[in-house]
Amino acid sequence: MNDPLITVTNLTMGWDDRVLQRDANFTVQRGEVFVILGGSGCGKSTLLRHLTGLAAPLSGEVRVKGTDPKEPSLEPPKFGVMFQSGALLGSYTVGENVGLPLREWTDLPLEAVRAIVQAKLRLVGLDNTEGVMPSELSGGMKKRAAIARAMALEPDLIFLDEPSAGLDPVTSAELDELIVALNRELGLTVVVVTHELDSIFRIGTRCIMLDRETRSIIAEGDPRELRDHSEDPRVRAFFHRKPKEQLS
Amino acid sequence: MSAPSPDTVATSDAVARVTLQGELDLRSGKMLWNTLKQAEHDSARQVEVDLSDVTAADGSAAAILTSYRAELRSKGVDCQLVGARENVAEILRLYESTQKLGPRPRRKAQGQLDQIGTAAIGVAREAQMVIAFFGQMVVGMMNAFRAPRTVNWKELLPTAERAGADAVPIVALINFLVGMVISLQSAAQLHRFGADIYMADLVGISVVREIGPLITAIVVCGRTGAAFAAELGSMQTNEEIDALRTMGFGPMRFLVMPKALALMAVMPMLTILADLMGCLGGLTTGVVRLDLSVGGYLAETQRAVHLSDFTSGLIKSVVFGLAITLISCQQGLAATGGAEGVGKRTTAAVVTTLFTLILIDAVFTVFFEVSTQL
Repeated sequence: MNDPLITVTNLTMGWDDRVLQRDANFTVQRGEVFVILGGSGCGKSTLLRHLTGLAAPLSGEVRVKGTDPKEPSLEPPKFGVMFQSGALLGSYTVGENVGLPLREWTDLPLEAVRAIVQAKLRLVGLDNTEGVMPSELSGGMKKRAAIARAMALEPDLIFLDEPSAGLDPVTSAELDELIVALNRELGLTVVVVTHELDSIFRIGTRCIMLDRETRSIIAEGDPRELRDHSEDPRVRAFFHRKPKEQLS
Repeated sequence: MSAPSPDTVATSDAVARVTLQGELDLRSGKMLWNTLKQAEHDSARQVEVDLSDVTAADGSAAAILTSYRAELRSKGVDCQLVGARENVAEILRLYESTQKLGPRPRRKAQGQLDQIGTAAIGVAREAQMVIAFFGQMVVGMMNAFRAPRTVNWKELLPTAERAGADAVPIVALINFLVGMVISLQSAAQLHRFGADIYMADLVGISVVREIGPLITAIVVCGRTGAAFAAELGSMQTNEEIDALRTMGFGPMRFLVMPKALALMAVMPMLTILADLMGCLGGLTTGVVRLDLSVGGYLAETQRAVHLSDFTSGLIKSVVFGLAITLISCQQGLAATGGAEGVGKRTTAAVVTTLFTLILIDAVFTVFFEVSTQL
């Protein structure tokens, strides 16, 4: 097996005296759609912040492509990130948002940047939105534009925070199709934080489940396998949308 | 909807029985609560609440009943809700509670010494953050000189326009009025001593050295500093700053540097305008109130105001511009917790900046005074 793209070793995360997860260990292999799932408040998005270098662990280690994502670097970023709200810069057009990393990290002429921007926007189904302001886009379109921006520097790894949150089922399914296509066609490794069951089964090849009460990873594997064969009542409750008491 | 008809019967010293009737809902909640409380006497070892004549119950009634039962059980009193019809039993099951009503949560009052200590630590922490931010800014500026390409120049001109050109009318008007006020206040005193023409000296020196740069900085702080803090605060809470970081952009050079450079460039220009308008305000009063000639007033101003007065004001204005950007951006980037956090940080940015401006002005005044004497 190749070296894992992401290695998390004994990660304890939280802030001040509040621990969200303790001694988490997992790896993400190249080419996976790796889903981080769990109930509200279990630390999914916080874990993503640690994986992307936006937060420092209380203890333990995160390595992304062999380096600590928190370390300052003069190199272009090794991965792209789509935030829950899209986080497009409100004073820039969609095209400028997508072109921002290209203008920063490459010496491409402006026309070439525009060509790439248009292609990325087309890829995510946002043709003719280059000159549109983010405020004019719907929630789903913002997320698509954010994926286009995350892919601007051709990373082989992208992180997606709650891509389906707040979207209608059709838009959510379309976004899932896009993620699957990016993984299948472009070989992109995708790390997704979500708790949308439909989405998990549509896109996930492997997952970990975080638990708020025990502050630990309580399951790891193929989401469909876990749904059908897990004996853990917490895992079964999550995958079968049932309160724990009813299952036990 | 009929009100419940409670009937409390103490069958013996040890057993209390409450019979409820009709529909139990939010409107009859108080009566239900009082009825149940009446049934709870010290010696009762068992309380039985008969619900067989209750036709319906809503959530609030179920909450009161189940909470009452939990409360009594926690005291060792056996409490039973009996005879509930299926619809009532269902809602009671939904609101099932094993927890007695806890004490009302109260915020522990902070002692005075504690408050002073907390505030002192807060101030020290804020000061530490501003100094650290200043350090980052200096490094950012050095990097900008070394590699100008890394600065987000695209933001420079729009920021300069918003902070500079758009502020021209308000800066001009306020400084004109301040010049008029100073001259009007002094006109009567100077006239008494036949020293009318010295109004030009008084207005000229005070405006060019102190009032012009300071009033301009205060206006820019209120307009632009608050806008910087709110803009960066919103970006922080909308994850836009995080997004920039993950793309390899430090907010310092991408967002703060263009603002700092723009403000340091426009502040002297606005200050020159402020100086001119302040003197114009004094001239207007001198001509209208004291019958001074325009030529005479201008000649006296020229004689009284030295180039060093003018340049000291301009140097101050550049430092003011840097301070406004530094504190506003630092406060904005420290925003957490949504709209409320942005509001708090914007207020803090304006208040801290105003205090700092006065402090810087005082330091400069002492410095120039000492250097003149030397």
